[in-house]
Amino acid sequence: MNDFRGMLERQRYMVDYAVSSMARRKGRNTGLFIVYGAMVFLLASVLFYTSALQHEAGVLLAEAPEIVVQRMVAGRHDLIPTDHAEALRGIRGVREVRGRLWGYHYDPVVRANYTLLVPPEGGIAPGTAVIGPALARARGAGMGDALGLRGHDGNVFSFRIVTVLPQESALASADLLLVAETDFRELFGIPTGRYTDLTLRVPNPREVQTVATKVLEALPDSRVILREEMLRTYDAVFDWRSTLILLPLSGALFAFAILAWERASGLSADERREIGILKAVGWETGDVLRVKLWESGLLSLSAFVFGTTAAYWHVFGLSAPLLAPVMQGWSVLYPDFALTPMVDGSQMLALFFLTVFPYLAATLIPVWRAAVTDPDEVMR
Amino acid sequence: MTGHVELRGVRKAFNEGRPNRFWAVNGIDLALPAGGVTVLSGPSGSGKTTLLTLIGCLGRPTEGRVHLDGTEISGLPEPFRAALRRQTFGFVFQRFNLVQGLSVFDNVMLPAYPIGTPYRSLRDRALDLLQGFGLGHRVDARIESLSGGEAQRTALARALINDPPVLIADEPTANLDSELSLAFLEIVSGLRREGRTLLLSSHDPLVRDAAVVDRVVELRDGRLVGDQRRSEDSR
Ligand SMILES: Nc1ncnc2c1ncn2[C@@H]1O[C@H](COP(=O)(O)OP(=O)(O)OP(=O)(O)O)[C@@H](O)[C@H]1O
Ligand SMILES: [Mg+2]
Repeated sequence: MNDFRGMLERQRYMVDYAVSSMARRKGRNTGLFIVYGAMVFLLASVLFYTSALQHEAGVLLAEAPEIVVQRMVAGRHDLIPTDHAEALRGIRGVREVRGRLWGYHYDPVVRANYTLLVPPEGGIAPGTAVIGPALARARGAGMGDALGLRGHDGNVFSFRIVTVLPQESALASADLLLVAETDFRELFGIPTGRYTDLTLRVPNPREVQTVATKVLEALPDSRVILREEMLRTYDAVFDWRSTLILLPLSGALFAFAILAWERASGLSADERREIGILKAVGWETGDVLRVKLWESGLLSLSAFVFGTTAAYWHVFGLSAPLLAPVMQGWSVLYPDFALTPMVDGSQMLALFFLTVFPYLAATLIPVWRAAVTDPDEVMR
Repeated sequence: MTGHVELRGVRKAFNEGRPNRFWAVNGIDLALPAGGVTVLSGPSGSGKTTLLTLIGCLGRPTEGRVHLDGTEISGLPEPFRAALRRQTFGFVFQRFNLVQGLSVFDNVMLPAYPIGTPYRSLRDRALDLLQGFGLGHRVDARIESLSGGEAQRTALARALINDPPVLIADEPTANLDSELSLAFLEIVSGLRREGRTLLLSSHDPLVRDAAVVDRVVELRDGRLVGDQRRSEDSR
């Protein structure tokens, strides 16, 4: 019991000493904290941002049909007639074939593209529209307002906005404009019996490839897009982009590690002397290491917490103004859409090991080397 | 209180394995019974500091053995030697070796941290020691602001904080004027009365000839060249 109390007391003294020793080297530690925190901030921002975008893409594609069939005319995507759909209904494994109507509309007022879409379930009355949150913000339009669009023949169509979509998956729905089928055909001049493309639902994933082959046999003038492939492409694009940023960043990280290593391995004469004194008055090697571990641990942990918190706020609060130009170059109309906050535990762990451990090693190894030497030699 | 130190064939080489190898301590046999004041005397470079560090477990002899109360301590594993440094030997260094940036008070308490002495009793003991040495008003002063004499008494308080049976002081009066040197000898005499073993190095005649000294050991080129014991009545 007494031993236990002594052990606790000893720990407390070591922590106190570590804190006071950090305070004694305030300038140096503040500098380290800033550099360290900034590095963690950048790395964490990239990680949060890419995984949030990936998550959005996943949400986007989760509902997507397994197969999309598009008609190609002279190598270009063209409208697909209804009888093409009839030809596909008999294929084994296909549960449902539907024609989709969608397209883009350029709005000169806000200089951006909207995605116009006729919801497959219908449910939108002619003359009304449902709009995405980013579009609503861009046009300053809300429920009950009128939204005017110029049709293919130059006539202006006016839609009454009945719903603004919630923010849930902003990337997927931000620029959406949902309208009734008749309005869509009139706006773009698409005759009945033609669709933008066809979607097939194939419940069994193992049949998707076979179905795709049969679609191409039945409709030689078509192209088949598989959901699996889209997912893979998304992942590849995100990975590629994050690698693009992470490469120079890891370079910076490495430089920082070397800097830390150099600083630390050439322990300042002052620090060496102090270690020698502590050993000389009866501190054990373990005591010295414990103090330095507390110091380095407190510094790196607080820099880690600071960096990740700032990154969280930067990405999910401010929509990553520092990264958006690089990471999100392909998107069209997202002046300030907010990403759904989500943090991947394993990525945080990886970030932790990548940033905290090299620093601990870089600072503790030279301390250990000084601390195992006899004090009469360290103090000279 | 114990503190019987014995050296057998102790040698210490510097620059071992290099052409400039140098024996700073070159074959010392010496027994220091518990209690009493011994002065290690000799010219500069004769190996006094080196010998003290070997006794105080700050360095290991290249050859030979150091015994404490019959147990060999020169070959003990490091944690045991650290425990001896904090609890058996109090060491006052030639240049004091106080931690810069800390207060007098914090410096004095340092050797007690690894023991985990409860804070209250540790604080009281530190204050007692400092007051006893006339440093009561300098408790919160930083080391950088101390005079030589104050630094020395701070170092002395630090060496005594864990109440060690053996006190080793290397050139304790080197930077002091006669008055402060005499004050230091006064402290030494008090510690001797408490039954401690005291080992001082000095080439200061004031120390060598002081009444409190029981024995003067003369060192030259790392060897013993004289050993003068004083009887009770000659002092
Ligand atoms: N780490 C070392 N490396 C090489 N030589 C050393 C080392 N430490 C001490 N010496 C040499 O060993 C010899 C004895 O040194 P030591 O410090 O023990 O002498 P001293 O008697 O204490 O001298 P002083 O009275 O000047 O303090 C000296 O010649 C010194 O130069
Ligand atoms: Mg010396």
